[in-house]
Amino acid sequence: MSMFRIFDVSGSAVSAQSQRLNTVASNLANADTVAGPDGKAYKARQVVFQTVLMGNAGSPDGAAGVRVSTVTEDQSAGRRIHDPKHPSADAEGYVTYSNVNTVEEMVNMISASRSYQNNIEVMNTARSLLLKTLQMGQG
Amino acid sequence: MIQRLTGSLVFQTEALVLRAERQRLIASNIANADTPGYVSRDFNFASALRDATSGRNAGSGDAARPRRAPELRYATPSQTNLDGNTVDMDRERAAFADNAVKYESTLRFINGSVRTMLDAMKSHNQG
Repeated sequence: MSMFRIFDVSGSAVSAQSQRLNTVASNLANADTVAGPDGKAYKARQVVFQTVLMGNAGSPDGAAGVRVSTVTEDQSAGRRIHDPKHPSADAEGYVTYSNVNTVEEMVNMISASRSYQNNIEVMNTARSLLLKTLQMGQG
Repeated sequence: MIQRLTGSLVFQTEALVLRAERQRLIASNIANADTPGYVSRDFNFASALRDATSGRNAGSGDAARPRRAPELRYATPSQTNLDGNTVDMDRERAAFADNAVKYESTLRFINGSVRTMLDAMKSHNQG
């Protein structure tokens, strides 16, 4: 029964989106982190999605799930703010903050939560259709 | 005689299987809405159903014959995306809802024919 595969497909998408939400949360939490003694501040992380074909090996049956293939780190330079009184200021009086862009992360969060909701709805619909299929012929 | 009774049932069964197939395909598209490079896919339900029911005598009972998978087509994007993803969420959501309703109506048609058959089998004094 091919409908059962929907739970695998949407389940993989929900788990990938929740991982995306997780990275957004950690980015937002570290938005104001300053560089430690090593001079390296927190780098924003992004997940990269990839399609996985599901079904029997050799003959994928059209079902395509998602997985997080890698988590990349944004290598751009962090914000540098002149604040000589800050304990983490360097010799020139600059403090290096993380390179998290809060606005981008908020947009990412909204997009992830919408996709999450979409997939949950797909699963709910598939579940109710399958339950009705179970009652086939009973009147 | 029984073939005439089950003929419509066989047709509806084919339709139901194809509906389930399409439901899964649209679920895959929705799941990959954020995957870079993913190309949205769908199939033409009418021609797939014609394909599945032609070469087969309705009710001949050869349900074990291997089924040919419907031909998948790629969607043309209405608004192009920089990451190469062609899933149009509005279209997919609409297709998903439409397919769910039609799946359920096919189920009801099947239930209706089963009930008709059961009624026909009852003898006149059973009420």
